[in-house]
Amino acid sequence: MNWFLAHDVLLVLSLPALAAVVLAVLPGYRLSARGNVAASLATLLAALALFVRHPAPGPYFLVDDLNIVFIVLNTFVGFTTSVFSATYIDHELQTGRLTPAYLRFYHAMYQVMMFGMNLALVVNNIGLMWVAIELATLATVLMVGIYRTHEALEAAWKYFILASVGIALALFGTILVYLAAAPVVGTGLQGMTWTVLVAHAGAFEPGLLSVAFIFLFLGYGTKVGLVPLHAWLPDAHAEGPTPISAVLSGLLLNVALYAVLRFKMLMAGNPHVIAAGPLMTTIGLVTLIFAAFMLYRRRDIKRLFAYSSIEHMGIIVFAFGMGGPLANFAGLLQMTMHSLTKSAIFFAVGHVAQAKGTQKIADIRGLTQSHPPLGWTLVVGVLAIAGMPPLGIFTSEFLLVSSTFARSPLLAVPLVFGLFLAFAALLLRLQGLAFGEPTGRMTPVGASYVPTFAHLALVAVAGVYLSPELVTWFQHVAGMLG
Amino acid sequence: MHGIGFDIAHLLAGSLVLVSLTMLYQDRLYALLNTYTLHAVVLGLAVAWQARLQDAPHLYITAAIALLFKAGIIPIALHRIVVRLGIHRAIETVSGIGTTMLAGIGLVGLSFAVMLRVTEGAALVAREDVAFALSVVLLGLLIMVTRRNAVSQVVGFMSLENGLILAAAGAQGMPLVVEISVAFSVLIAFIVIGVFLFRIRERFDTVDVRALDRFRGERR
Repeated sequence: MNWFLAHDVLLVLSLPALAAVVLAVLPGYRLSARGNVAASLATLLAALALFVRHPAPGPYFLVDDLNIVFIVLNTFVGFTTSVFSATYIDHELQTGRLTPAYLRFYHAMYQVMMFGMNLALVVNNIGLMWVAIELATLATVLMVGIYRTHEALEAAWKYFILASVGIALALFGTILVYLAAAPVVGTGLQGMTWTVLVAHAGAFEPGLLSVAFIFLFLGYGTKVGLVPLHAWLPDAHAEGPTPISAVLSGLLLNVALYAVLRFKMLMAGNPHVIAAGPLMTTIGLVTLIFAAFMLYRRRDIKRLFAYSSIEHMGIIVFAFGMGGPLANFAGLLQMTMHSLTKSAIFFAVGHVAQAKGTQKIADIRGLTQSHPPLGWTLVVGVLAIAGMPPLGIFTSEFLLVSSTFARSPLLAVPLVFGLFLAFAALLLRLQGLAFGEPTGRMTPVGASYVPTFAHLALVAVAGVYLSPELVTWFQHVAGMLG
Repeated sequence: MHGIGFDIAHLLAGSLVLVSLTMLYQDRLYALLNTYTLHAVVLGLAVAWQARLQDAPHLYITAAIALLFKAGIIPIALHRIVVRLGIHRAIETVSGIGTTMLAGIGLVGLSFAVMLRVTEGAALVAREDVAFALSVVLLGLLIMVTRRNAVSQVVGFMSLENGLILAAAGAQGMPLVVEISVAFSVLIAFIVIGVFLFRIRERFDTVDVRALDRFRGERR
């Protein structure tokens, strides 16, 4: 048992890595779908064990109060998505969109992606973190293109090119951080170990660190989906398999955000650098308002929710840019709630697309009549993501707006404007989707509702009751972020 | 006084920027690939010289990877792809060559203005290397945005990666882990691209990315 706890970090990493190898050779898609679920569950358990007892930070791995939130969220949504995916893919096989050979590849890549994301979260080295994010990106590029239609190829190519450019800029920023650190902490591995860097950040050359942060923010910001480098995100969400849309929105964006936050903490340790906050609040607001306007013109249901993800990432980056205990708390809560809600919505959208045989908003009407459980689930999900009380996102948005009003009322005006704009757009679309006379195909839904319900239940509970332990935990992390 | 060591490092890194600039105005795919090969060779030499200057033997591995993999295997493979796809004709650039060159010169000036100012504390070799590296990265980006052909976008991306390797090599004592992983990532990235190129061919009978642009998701 002690050995198990001591090597828990390795388990979180080796389970998906091993599973990827096994799933790549396992014949039979039903078996590999189950294997995928089992591996994701085992990783989730290992992550929960990490939550119970943090190992001491070593030269390679770091588990602290900040990243454990991300790790548990990551493995949890990874697990529920694997459950959803197991029931979803049957239909994809029947309609001939995927072949068994592609499914084997799909499951292996799913675990490679989980490995990459978990590695990026637990590693204590900014260079390895970069490698891990690149690995996760490449895995998702392959997944986005898996249907091999015109649209899927275009989406995958665009995603690949933009993500590579972003990732190249992030690597340049990483090298600059090392250059800034080397005169202070010495050359070699030290200059890339995050815990060492953050302890000595005050002594780094401020100009170099500032330029480095701009590159890192632009680079990882591309992966977060911040305007103006967001163009890959709607395409990648719309054309890939729905479980991948859920994972992209719910997890990969968070992992990139985590990288930005780590470097922001580094910047906070040096009083002479440019302030990261105003940069992040500006980009966050621009992203929020741009995405809110774009929500009105969407005709494809998955694109609609992809733009909603961009909008929420804008809000979250704005919150972390504001800083301070309350805004950081709101940012963390918003991030958690967004991951859970958005993946639940994508699960529901996956059912809708399978039942209706289309993703066009105009062809989907009256879901609450034709598929009552599905329609109402979608209604609850969209209300949650739009920020209706008493669901979880309302709590975090309320906290953010009130803390912004208290500290700089002028910034709160565009923030509230963007929130209302997005709210109205989502309700407008929801009305068409969920109510009115049903049209089009009426195929019953085959896939499982359990993951969707589980996520939405968590979001609903968080809206009315946050356990005191969780609140103290998030407050502590918010304090860490400065 | 700097001595011959610095001069050679300066010469090699500067040549890399020069080759990047010549890549900007290559309007034929073969010529672009050959220029890229030269780019990779210069990178290999620059990294090898850094290995000697810093007395860091592991950098020789990075140099060898640059010479063998980037100046050898990749150009040969791309040549084959180009032949197989039958696209060895001229590639048009989006804007005129004159404008592109002016933009390129502007980017080089910009990167020097920024990097030399902020790296005053660092060693002179590292400062120059980082400034040159940023120029190569920005020129790589410029190549990518001015080309429409998928293969030349890939070449632009790889020249951008070369700039990153130059920066990593110039940073004194940067850990080996990172360099191997960088090279490895390039390899993976390339495989991915290769797969894509063939899929694109299969579906569209062209590698002009404008053919992809026709399939804008929402304007069906």
